[in-house]
Amino acid sequence: MTPIPHRIVSRRAETGDVTTLSLVPASGRPLGFVPGQFNMLTAYGVGEVAISVSSSPREVGPLQHTVRDVGPVTRALCRASTGDVIGVRGPFGTPWAVDAAPTSTGDTVVVAGGIGIAPLRGAIDDLVHRPDTDGGRVFIVAGARQPEQIIFAGDLEAWERAGAVVAVTVDLGSPGWLGHVGLVTSVFDAIAFEPAESSALVCGPEIMMRLTARALVGRGVDPERIRVALERNMQCGVGWCGHCQLGPFLLCRDGPVLPYAGAVSHLLSERER
Amino acid sequence: MRIGEAVVMGSEGLDALLTTLIELGYETRGPVVRDGAIMPGPVREVADLPVGTHDVQAPGRYGLEQSDDDTVFAWAVGPGSWKAEFFPPSQELWHSTVDGESVTTTTPDLDMPPLAIVGARPCELAALAVLDRVLLDGAFPDPRYAARRDGTFLVTAECGSPAATCFCTSMGTGPGADSGFDLALTELNDDDGHRFVVRIGSDRGAEVLAAVPVSEVTAADLAARDRVLSSSGDLIDRRLETRGLADLLARNLEHPRWDEVADRCLACGNCTLVCPTCFCSDVSDTTDLTGDVHRQRTWASCFDLDHSHLHGGPVRSSTSSRYRQWLTHKLSTWWDQFDTSGCVGCGRCIAWCPVGIDLTEEAAAIRETDGAVRSLSTAPGRAR
Repeated sequence: MTPIPHRIVSRRAETGDVTTLSLVPASGRPLGFVPGQFNMLTAYGVGEVAISVSSSPREVGPLQHTVRDVGPVTRALCRASTGDVIGVRGPFGTPWAVDAAPTSTGDTVVVAGGIGIAPLRGAIDDLVHRPDTDGGRVFIVAGARQPEQIIFAGDLEAWERAGAVVAVTVDLGSPGWLGHVGLVTSVFDAIAFEPAESSALVCGPEIMMRLTARALVGRGVDPERIRVALERNMQCGVGWCGHCQLGPFLLCRDGPVLPYAGAVSHLLSERER
Repeated sequence: MRIGEAVVMGSEGLDALLTTLIELGYETRGPVVRDGAIMPGPVREVADLPVGTHDVQAPGRYGLEQSDDDTVFAWAVGPGSWKAEFFPPSQELWHSTVDGESVTTTTPDLDMPPLAIVGARPCELAALAVLDRVLLDGAFPDPRYAARRDGTFLVTAECGSPAATCFCTSMGTGPGADSGFDLALTELNDDDGHRFVVRIGSDRGAEVLAAVPVSEVTAADLAARDRVLSSSGDLIDRRLETRGLADLLARNLEHPRWDEVADRCLACGNCTLVCPTCFCSDVSDTTDLTGDVHRQRTWASCFDLDHSHLHGGPVRSSTSSRYRQWLTHKLSTWWDQFDTSGCVGCGRCIAWCPVGIDLTEEAAAIRETDGAVRSLSTAPGRAR
């Protein structure tokens, strides 16, 4: 339960309220991770939050976390300077596991909403750069509220150059935006994935994941081949605190990445309010 | 003396047992009368125990009465449970001194004397077994819980005086104990005198008992014990039908009963506070005047609005959704998460609910109208 001190070696403002922090341990070996897993980040004296790792395993170098400023702890993290020390515990939770079934064969559709692309970044990088002999094509649908809030634009271009089909859409255009406007589900018709042979990885706001999963199933994607990353309040990361319960799941332990088929599809259609 | 054997101990034997445990280095705890309730507390001699104390409990009601009889264990569980001994209401996880790039972190000393609990009810042994599943048996055992739990000497007092709120017989956790103890006492106070049948549950229990004056158990003693336990079982008329219960609740998440109980529920969290298995906690950081950072872990309740806080607000904003979370967790999803029921039938949540909400009644109401669905217009969050 004790965080390991890490130094912020660089920080990059992705959008007005999203910052990527690059971290190296103050001493000792770097922490490992598998894409989809998260760490508990401590802003000393402020508090601790669960943040997914946004590094790619293919990148040599610091551990990256992409943080959106939504509360006191995430604000302190976003405002931290290069050289500052924060605490890191982890990694925790289940990974996207792109090398295993169902993503190991057929096309893969990755659907990201807003900051939801951060936990997917490493998984997409693995998918895009895997040998041609493994799996099919990679389709990336990235949604943002407005063009100014698109994060990882450089990565999206690089993944397109590497052979992925990339579609970016915004809820609300702004002057100069020539791209698509609409929900992530509205671009499914424009990308030529083969539903019956496809898997999907989905991360974003809960309502977006619910509608995306239903739209994919409606097009013929097997619910068993859809993975979603779920989010609840997390205060310990190790299954003690009880805050991250969603029905039968303790999301820090059983999630965040879970198959959509079965319990999750049922839970996402219930209202917890 | 061996595991499974029974002997008889006179009433003076209980003092000898406590003295033996103290001499062996145990920190001895048991039920005591404190603030008008039976509570866990330090016990060094029989006089510290609730001698002659009896309880009166009903939904939303709890009280003690004192009589001049010399029975020691003639009461049902009070609001305090043994949970607090192993998982304290508030504990420091670590504190750090942050000086530029250097962070020095200190974790609390977990070296504690061994603990002996004398007089835990069988339902409380069951509750500890449930907590063990949660805090000990997972991938990340809780070190504070493990340190306190390690080597705990458990003397259970089988239950001869259940309260009107008890339903251990439905949950298979009482009134007698089958396992999970070092020694099991059954208090007898009849024409043959005041004495205890002592059953040995572990080698350690046998070793401790070797220093206590005991005599051979007679057929009459064993028959008297059977009578105490069977009459205790007969006294318990509250029932929770557990057949298919987990599935029943899982398929009735939109049942109108959740809104009906929410009309009465104050969302005060008393039930989670007195529950011997509720384990939720908040983790929070504070700084002291020297600038040191302290990370604290404190009991939390799923009835608290902030419990489900996610950026933008709580996931469970209605009382209905929070009561549903609590009851479905306790009786249904606990099985998914920990392969056991989260309820041991102690009845504390019924007695200590300020408005007397009874979970057995709520579960029965849902069973009676299995499949009913609340109207869309009245469901929380749906009218907006």
